[in-house]
Amino acid sequence: MSLAHLCEWLAATRGSIALHESLYAYPLVESVHVLTLCMFVGLAAILDLRLLGLTLRRVAVSEVATRLLPWMVVGFLVMMTTGALLFYAIPVRSFHNVFFRLKMIMLLAAGVNAWVFHARVYRRVFEWDRDPIAPKAARVGGVLSLILWAVIIVSGRMIAYNWFDCDKPQAAFVVWAAGCDGYRR
Amino acid sequence: MSLLPFFVWCEASPAGSAIRSSPWAFAVIESVHLLGLAAIGGAVLFVDLRLLGFGLRRQPVASLARDVQPWLVGSLAVMVTTGVALFLSEAVKCYYSTPFWMKMTSLLLATVFTFTVRRRVAMADDASARPLRQKLVALVSLVLWFGVGASGRWIGFSG
Repeated sequence: MSLAHLCEWLAATRGSIALHESLYAYPLVESVHVLTLCMFVGLAAILDLRLLGLTLRRVAVSEVATRLLPWMVVGFLVMMTTGALLFYAIPVRSFHNVFFRLKMIMLLAAGVNAWVFHARVYRRVFEWDRDPIAPKAARVGGVLSLILWAVIIVSGRMIAYNWFDCDKPQAAFVVWAAGCDGYRR
Repeated sequence: MSLLPFFVWCEASPAGSAIRSSPWAFAVIESVHLLGLAAIGGAVLFVDLRLLGFGLRRQPVASLARDVQPWLVGSLAVMVTTGVALFLSEAVKCYYSTPFWMKMTSLLLATVFTFTVRRRVAMADDASARPLRQKLVALVSLVLWFGVGASGRWIGFSG
């Protein structure tokens, strides 16, 4: 079963149709998804800015990281849950949406970036914990995190626009990127 | 006196017309508005969590509040600039939108509260800090800013 088929099957389930056609449930889930940005990306950005020495320079990096982490985890879980529900409501169109695909790739990249930061850079945080500006490897991680999450937010917003949808004629690149050849309504 | 003529004038303004006639301007401006949301939300939440006794509670509130102040003010400036641009492109719709007026009301209250009461409480040195008052201020701030965000999101849902 290909991913496209999985999406078609998902779209035919009762829950998906109910959420898609709901008057309030979908916008409510979407609002929670958007507002949780403040909790997850907003707090993650503070940690990134601390690495760059752009805020909280007198506070140890490890203190910022450990004290904010529980809140970021909660925010992330809410983002993932509501995001999955939004996809569940509109699976086929999302799967064939270039911005959705870009967002998923960037999410993956943000995950890899966070993993590299934790496994490599942050393990030696005791060596530079109180430095007003973190060493280069940590700063690179911080900048990448800021850029990736910005792209994720913007591409997430753009999913709502139908400029590149498969149900109208598209340039060859879009047909390829959105997988329009396998698109069936 | 009705404000409607002013809203009609806003929508007919060169900036409003330009954004409306462009296929992507609204989307781009709104994306920046969203980036600003993440930043201002983080800056507000960071201090309010601390006032509630969570987050970086070993640090004095005043020093944390002072450190994130430029990010709070900066992101508010981005929000207001992009928000005005979005408003200009659909001012008449906003005039008839209940969520829009709810947002403007909560925005006014949240901004005034943040730069008066909350600022004074957050900037007080820890010796004179009263935990109950800090928690109350944080809760009011969170409710007001949540109101801004939630009603703002709802402008797009209401026809």
